[in-house]
Amino acid sequence: MTAVVETKGLTKRYGSVSAVQDATFTIQEHTITGLLGRNGAGKTTLMSLLTGQEFATSGQIRVFGANPVENASVLSQLSFIKESQKYPDEFRPKDVFKSAPWFFERWDKDFAERLIDEFRLPLSRRIKKLSRGQLSAVGVIVGLASRAPLTFFDEPYLGLDAVARQNFYDLLLADYAEHPRTIILSTHLIDEVSNLLENVIVIEGGRIIVNQDAESLRGSVTTLVGTAKTVDEFVGARKVLHRDSIGGLASVSVAGLSADERKQAAAAGLELAPVSLQQLVVRMTESNDNEFKESA
Amino acid sequence: MDESRPIFVQIAEAISNDIISGAMPDESQVPSTNEFAAFYRINPATALKGVNLLVDEGILYKKRGIGMFVAQGARDRLVAQRRERFTEEFVRPLLAEAEKLGIGSEQVAEIIRKEGTR
Repeated sequence: MTAVVETKGLTKRYGSVSAVQDATFTIQEHTITGLLGRNGAGKTTLMSLLTGQEFATSGQIRVFGANPVENASVLSQLSFIKESQKYPDEFRPKDVFKSAPWFFERWDKDFAERLIDEFRLPLSRRIKKLSRGQLSAVGVIVGLASRAPLTFFDEPYLGLDAVARQNFYDLLLADYAEHPRTIILSTHLIDEVSNLLENVIVIEGGRIIVNQDAESLRGSVTTLVGTAKTVDEFVGARKVLHRDSIGGLASVSVAGLSADERKQAAAAGLELAPVSLQQLVVRMTESNDNEFKESA
Repeated sequence: MDESRPIFVQIAEAISNDIISGAMPDESQVPSTNEFAAFYRINPATALKGVNLLVDEGILYKKRGIGMFVAQGARDRLVAQRRERFTEEFVRPLLAEAEKLGIGSEQVAEIIRKEGTR
């Protein structure tokens, strides 16, 4: 495996605010990584640092083995699709697609045309006059057709309807399978993308609290449901991530149960339910004290 | 996909089901990892993991440069495996539920006989 992105102690401060704090992680070549976290957690800042659009306050970044800042040989391999992308005032979608090959050496014109049909994008309308969903479609098309070795999608779906989003996921998956590359996808719609992800990075308050393969993360937390007494007896001193109760019933989420412990719980009459990736991220990022990170 | 088991295990099971049902006979070619990934809307690495699970068990085998095939005798072996698990996975939960409801095992046997002749 080759690391495409490597950071060590990466920190970005704006005045007294640390947007990214001491982030150390690697991203392997030809994987799809989900960058998850709440609004303001530092996702966009992290991606701006990796794409050389922001200067780090301290720490190291290596993208394709080099610092990305003002480094043409690195930047030419990146594509960064962000929600707030600005275009020149008079630009129409067709101008965007005409100029795209100047920036992306692997630009696939035929693929772009297929995508334009797929997303029913009006080519000659001024960008300013496009709907929010159509504007997102422009970004999605650029991101996919650029086939950059390292592609970032920062919340690329704003205003896209459910059909268009499903289209985007299917097209991304199919094109990724045919033209393997490294993709970093930042999103709030975790349930929609969870099966596409190979790795998951969760950022909270500027700190990376999870960096793990999606499969093992998914299996790492279990919800136990039963009478409050049985649940509490079983849970004992284990760290509880979340607890709900109604009447005499309790539902408790715990991390890291072994196969034997699961059998014991079932034998004690508890129901075991998995916790979805989305629920997991909610649990991990809803409290400020982040107790989870020590037990994970 | 259900959330309770790893996705790659579910992929391996889906392929096994197709082999058992005869949809994928012995020595037939199975779809590529990318085709599985697109069909189930999962990461290709996950699909590969599911396929490799069956390769390790000798259910599927690789022909270099051509693709993945169902091994000779794969169906018989899968059926034998499933039969072994039948008691644990189906009969025991059935009896546990019956006990909860106060249905005796004689009565359960009677219900099964009746359903079987329908």
